[in-house]
Amino acid sequence: MKRERLFVMPSPFRDEFRIHGFRFGSGRKSLAVVGAMRGDELQQQFVCSRLVHTLQDLEERGELMPGHEILIIPSANPFAMNIGKRFWAMDNTDINRMFPGYALGETTQRIAAALFEHIQGYEFGVQLASYYLAGDFIPHVRMMHTGYEDVELAKGFGLPYTLVRTPLPIDTTTLNYNWQIWETQAFSVYAGHTGVIDVATADDSLSAILRFMAMHGLIRYRSHPGYYSQVVKEEDLVNVKACRAGIMYCMCKPDDIVRRHQHLASILDPYDGSVRWEVRAPVDGTIFFMQTRPLVLENSMLFRLIES
Amino acid sequence: MIKTVISTELPVDEHLLIRKNSISAGSGKKRVCVVTGTHGDELEGQYICYRIGSILQENLDCLDGTVEIYPALNPLGIDSITRGIPSFDLDMNRIFPGDPMGSMAENTAYNIIEDLKGADLVLDIHSSNIFLYEVPQVRINQLTAEKLVPLARYLNLDFLWVHEAATVLEATLAYSLNALNTPTLVVEMGVGMRITKSYGDQLVGGILNLLRHLGVWKGDVPEPPADHRTILSTGGTVEFINASASGVFIPLIRQSNQVEAGQSIGRIVDPLRGAVLQEVAVDQPGFVFTIRAYPVVYEGSLLARVYREDNA
Ligand SMILES: [Zn+2]
Repeated sequence: MKRERLFVMPSPFRDEFRIHGFRFGSGRKSLAVVGAMRGDELQQQFVCSRLVHTLQDLEERGELMPGHEILIIPSANPFAMNIGKRFWAMDNTDINRMFPGYALGETTQRIAAALFEHIQGYEFGVQLASYYLAGDFIPHVRMMHTGYEDVELAKGFGLPYTLVRTPLPIDTTTLNYNWQIWETQAFSVYAGHTGVIDVATADDSLSAILRFMAMHGLIRYRSHPGYYSQVVKEEDLVNVKACRAGIMYCMCKPDDIVRRHQHLASILDPYDGSVRWEVRAPVDGTIFFMQTRPLVLENSMLFRLIES
Repeated sequence: MIKTVISTELPVDEHLLIRKNSISAGSGKKRVCVVTGTHGDELEGQYICYRIGSILQENLDCLDGTVEIYPALNPLGIDSITRGIPSFDLDMNRIFPGDPMGSMAENTAYNIIEDLKGADLVLDIHSSNIFLYEVPQVRINQLTAEKLVPLARYLNLDFLWVHEAATVLEATLAYSLNALNTPTLVVEMGVGMRITKSYGDQLVGGILNLLRHLGVWKGDVPEPPADHRTILSTGGTVEFINASASGVFIPLIRQSNQVEAGQSIGRIVDPLRGAVLQEVAVDQPGFVFTIRAYPVVYEGSLLARVYREDNA
């Protein structure tokens, strides 16, 4: 393993801004993994750090297969993480909305450009991602439908679901989309949580990445074969929205199988505790996403179901 | 008449209210909408809304049609000095045309479009951000330039910037409305978190001039100064000047300035070492229409935009 400094930028008042990468093996560029791009992606960075640790161990045992180069970048945004911000501390821009980046552009465009230069040209790209709504998911892999994606490959992670998203204009500046366009098979692995470290789900994400690496002959690693991943199109998810605002009192959790009309949650009046709205399942299905904030606004997304 | 366009329940004893003042007179059927406050840190539009509202209401006999004023498309953002929608990751001006089945923000975006579409003209007023000063200007996607440049000229602003199309900009309010055949002009002026009254007065005069052109306003229109001219960007190129050092930027010029080749427009200094890190100069003569307002810069921070006419 080589620890490399991939990008350095002076700061007017803080220490240097640095992005570090961990390179394993040599040969064809097989896999790049990116952890936290946002300061609250603790779980994502934690999974990456565990991956670096595991690969070091495999390397010492001679179980990295020859002929493959693997690059792991645990964090592209330590500055935000160190001060508890989600986005670039100075101007609140999101590095993951700046791809493919521009080396002569704004600061976060330059960071994205430098990062993208290092992670381009790999056969596979894995990003440990978070979602723009706060909540919990069933562990899954996400791919963008660009015409270049190969959904069969995503099944190699052995996670319960593979979600395929048709990109909106705003997605065209994300890493996943641009990786795909530049001919890397790109996967976003959702590690379940953001803002916290949950060891059990982190282990699941780590196992999924190792399983994928073993399947493609990058490492010698025997693991549980995982799930037979079900492919779901994002537009087929059934959204359950809040018809009223208030305190959300939840009676179910991600991965629960629910029946049509089943009571999923109650929205309570925050003053007198009365029930403002009973949230019920519109279809038979499985809870794929559940929002986790205690207070909900009217029209906010509470659940996304996979219809059975 | 004050109308509530959107009312969304918040958890504790409050509604998110998006309101407009709909001012009508005469028998004219045209409707012009003035909207602002998508970005909660941009306040220049507040002065415009106040002035246009007060001028029209005091001179209803000169109004023939309907003018609708929306001071705050993102009221929670304005109230909390938050550029975006509080507790929502995405820029509100990147989620249009919205989605009636989507989250609160997407639903709000959808309903804003529903309310605005069909207007004869929409003016979407922005004021940069806290980092940059902008001269009063109109920004027009090149795809809609043919239709919108002639209208934009009536605003008598300093600069009309016809910019390239970009996929990510397809999710703006203006793009979405223009795609629905509702002509929409985007004004950028001033700086975030402040009101620049002189720019505001200039735009108010321009809006009255545009309303007069549309036949909606029969009253007085302040004339721009005799030497005023609007620069149209299609006769030249826009150069971006980004910082090549991280430090503190000290501007040496004000915005709206003609600069000479080689002229220094500012320097980036190191307050700890008492040193100059970068002298920022322009290569060629031009018109500085954007200049850095917020002093702290990183490598890459935008310092200025300069428009240069192509040599004849
Ligand atoms: Zn704006």
